[in-house]
Amino acid sequence: MADSSTLALGTARVGFRGRILALDMTRAHGAGLPASELERRLLELGFVEGAEVELLHQGLFRGDPIAVRVAAATIALRRREAMAIMVSPR
Amino acid sequence: MNASVDLAPIVALVGNPNCGKTALFNALTGSRQKVANYPGVTVEKKLGRLSTPGGRAIQLLDLPGTYSLRARSPDEEVTRDAVLGKLANETPPDLIVCVGDSTNLRLALRLVLELKHVGRPVMLALNMMDIAKKRGIEIDLERLAGELGVPVVSSVAVRRGGTEQLLAELDRRLADLPEATAADWTAPDASALRGAQREADRVLKAAVRMPAAPDVATSRADRILLHPVAGLVILLALLFVMFQAVFAWAKPAMDAIQFCFDWLGDFVGSLPMPDLMQSFLKDGVIAGVGSVIVFLPQILILFFFILVLEDLGYMARAAFLMDKIMGGAGLHGRAFIPLLSSFACAIPGIMATRVIDDRRDRLTTILVAPLMTCSARIPVYTLIISAFIPDREVWGFVGLQGLVMFGLYATGIVGALAVSFVIKRLFWRSAIGEPFMLELPDYKLPQAKSLAVGLWTRAMIFLKRAGTTILSMMILIWALASFPLPPEGATGPAINYSIAAMLGHALQPVMAPLGFNWQINVALIPGMAAREVAVGSLGTIYSISGGKEAAEQIGHALAGQWSLATALALLAWYVFAPQCASTLAVIRRETGGWKFMWITFGYMLALAYVAALIVYQTAAALGAG
Repeated sequence: MADSSTLALGTARVGFRGRILALDMTRAHGAGLPASELERRLLELGFVEGAEVELLHQGLFRGDPIAVRVAAATIALRRREAMAIMVSPR
Repeated sequence: MNASVDLAPIVALVGNPNCGKTALFNALTGSRQKVANYPGVTVEKKLGRLSTPGGRAIQLLDLPGTYSLRARSPDEEVTRDAVLGKLANETPPDLIVCVGDSTNLRLALRLVLELKHVGRPVMLALNMMDIAKKRGIEIDLERLAGELGVPVVSSVAVRRGGTEQLLAELDRRLADLPEATAADWTAPDASALRGAQREADRVLKAAVRMPAAPDVATSRADRILLHPVAGLVILLALLFVMFQAVFAWAKPAMDAIQFCFDWLGDFVGSLPMPDLMQSFLKDGVIAGVGSVIVFLPQILILFFFILVLEDLGYMARAAFLMDKIMGGAGLHGRAFIPLLSSFACAIPGIMATRVIDDRRDRLTTILVAPLMTCSARIPVYTLIISAFIPDREVWGFVGLQGLVMFGLYATGIVGALAVSFVIKRLFWRSAIGEPFMLELPDYKLPQAKSLAVGLWTRAMIFLKRAGTTILSMMILIWALASFPLPPEGATGPAINYSIAAMLGHALQPVMAPLGFNWQINVALIPGMAAREVAVGSLGTIYSISGGKEAAEQIGHALAGQWSLATALALLAWYVFAPQCASTLAVIRRETGGWKFMWITFGYMLALAYVAALIVYQTAAALGAG
């Protein structure tokens, strides 16, 4: 996980493809939810370790929010919350 | 309405948002639906009836979409409590049908695993099986049922006969229902969720073969529709068409309805009967009902667009595109369409806030929607502007009258944004960072039947619920303007002797700082029925005959009676004032109680007073008094 290629999904660019390594709530500063709640919501939308992700689209202003393909679903979320999702490129 | 007296077994539909659950519900029950509110909450309770091929009557309950039973919103709380049988005065469901989108089963399977813990029989209906087959997704139903430990059937909500398998299974299951056992469900923590999702992924891998590539049509369309620039341009164009449609397409139908009610009123007016009776029927009942039904075309057109966009899967994308822009004012991305519709009329706009899931975001939108300049303000604005604002150009090319009109619209928008900002920061501070997280479903063609059922349901809700409240308010306002009756041989208009006139005089000390005379105060009271009614009332009070056509004469009369400062203050008042009983009634209905109706009334009244006060005093100080 300390691999140098590891990054937070919140910093990834459009077109990024990879796999979820871990959910790290300490990285989602300023997220609107307590860590345990944010983690559970991400899990409920399918952001589980091992899942394949692809960053498909981003908004006009500061590239926010982002649309992420997780397995067969597309989820929209803000980069602030996506900072908690640690991914490694494929 | 009360489910406990009906002995037919209750089957509850549960599923992720966008799984086609409502389409399935509409396909199974058709128009045999009842929409009510769960007591004390703003959540809709949708109950329908159907008969199985085996002749069994079933009550079908459409529960709000959710990803888990861990309730995060009032809607999801209802779903959780309903399946756990914890809702007061509600009979728990006998059977739970989890509806899953066959093209996207991953999250649905986790929900099934969770539902197995509620102690009631569960089965899984694989919806949109036709689309899954077309895309080359292969699902082994038997394997899936074996791995999950619940019966699995396929269904195609949108095709005739597509629900046969589901109905047959319902028959079979309901014939021999196991006893409900004690629920052993507890809110899962992160590690439990992880474990459940891993188990769901394992089942998925064992029973479902996905094609290598995701849905091509959706990703192609999204490349354009979610493009940061092109996507926004397309959204704005779409909204422009919608806005035009609500305004323009509804016009002939609205005129026709108005014509019918005017004719009916005149007809009643020509019948021999006591004057008071005639006035009650004509000005109270017929005019009251007419003023409600006249909004129906706008509501139907608006909801047609909303339902199509929602079924298409575009609504979530509109929220995605608008999130950042609306977020600045503390509004949710999805608030955009309701607020835009409110330029036509706040009533369909407020009803459209149903697309906003989060309760607080929805309430904020409802509270500010009436500040958008609705079409009923236009007659009042044009009357006063044409009477008081000189028709000349400023800066060489801009008409001053048009500029004032634009200013009034802009004031409303700025006011709405400011109010929502204040609400978010001051009252719901804890919810500041409520994250924006939602699924963007694959595009699907909307189905005519589901659309028709949806429109029918909306129309019925509007006519029945709002109609009764609005009608009673109309009658109250009529009574205020009619009683007591003028004395024998009275010369002035009848309204001058009524309670409304007494109120107008009584309000005089309060309204004088705004430059309002008692005649304006009186006109504001019937103007509560609908804003544009104030124009006609001013005509009546200043004894101008000729009704609506006499607007120009009214303008001349007003120009002689009022100062410019008074006219400007009245415009400022009309930007903010809660001068619309129908809107207030709809707020009461949509928020499920009086509280938010009074909050809206109170804050708008306060804003209107302060705005009119500032405008009048400033204008008077500048010599326009």
